[in-house]
Amino acid sequence: MRYIRPFLKFWYDFIVGDDWTIAASIAVGIAATFWLAHSKIQAWWLLPAVAILTLGVSLWRAARAERIRSIKFLTN
Amino acid sequence: MSGMFPAVATFLAASIEGTEMMAILVGVGATRGWRSTLLGAAAGFATLVGLTFALGTALLNVPIQRLRLAVGALLLTLGLQWLKKALLRIALPSARKKAAASSQMVRREQQDEIDWYAFVIAFKGVVLEGLEIAFIVVTFGAEANQVGWAAAGAVAALVGVGSIAFLIRGWLARVPREWLRFSVGILLAAFGTFWAAEGALVQWPGGDLSVLWLLGVMAATAFAYLGVLRRHAATTGL
Repeated sequence: MRYIRPFLKFWYDFIVGDDWTIAASIAVGIAATFWLAHSKIQAWWLLPAVAILTLGVSLWRAARAERIRSIKFLTN
Repeated sequence: MSGMFPAVATFLAASIEGTEMMAILVGVGATRGWRSTLLGAAAGFATLVGLTFALGTALLNVPIQRLRLAVGALLLTLGLQWLKKALLRIALPSARKKAAASSQMVRREQQDEIDWYAFVIAFKGVVLEGLEIAFIVVTFGAEANQVGWAAAGAVAALVGVGSIAFLIRGWLARVPREWLRFSVGILLAAFGTFWAAEGALVQWPGGDLSVLWLLGVMAATAFAYLGVLRRHAATTGL
């Protein structure tokens, strides 16, 4: 148990980090790409599009959280 | 002369794979520290050598598609996380101050410990790219019955690319840390997208050269988001 917890925490931090939506979106994007490619449909464009959108959404969430933090800091 | 064809063919093919490997190693080493990156790379090479000697030509049966999928997915996720952090810290002074305070604390706590992030990325990069080089050596070498020449071509390519990487590492040390993180994020996201999609059975238009336009698209996207964040910071005073 002494080694398992830090090991699991490392992989959680490595994959999920501070925003779980990135890992979740990439997992869904890869699954959708695999499904399309398996169905013989051109799918090379999907994963780059998912990556670009995911980064945008994650940045928007982080910038909004930063703004809320700064407002709270100023009003306290 | 008969050994020259597999040697030249593996030299050229291994140069491409070796460049991808070194791009990851140099980027991670310059950003997160060289000690853990080199340890990860050494562990990766040791695993690779062990696998090559143990399996021989049976190496061709290693499920490379699944390996590409797993490594690509991890690199893409990690690349987007790094890119996000770098963009926030470059564009928003409040995020930069917070990061500087926490990284000083972490540096004091972990000065002598291994950075497992750097270790794992270096290890995976070396194992995946190294396996691809080993496949090339076995394929070209077995076809011409000249595995020794094919291996010599691959070793020469790795030594050449490695020497270039060694020479530019000093120059990289002068690049500001967040811009380095920004560049490595783009690299990891582009390579991660390429490998993960290949692992998911995608046929890239243009084959391996797709990595180049993927790098361009990721860089253009990152700069566009940086512009938006800077405008946001200017209007909100963050």
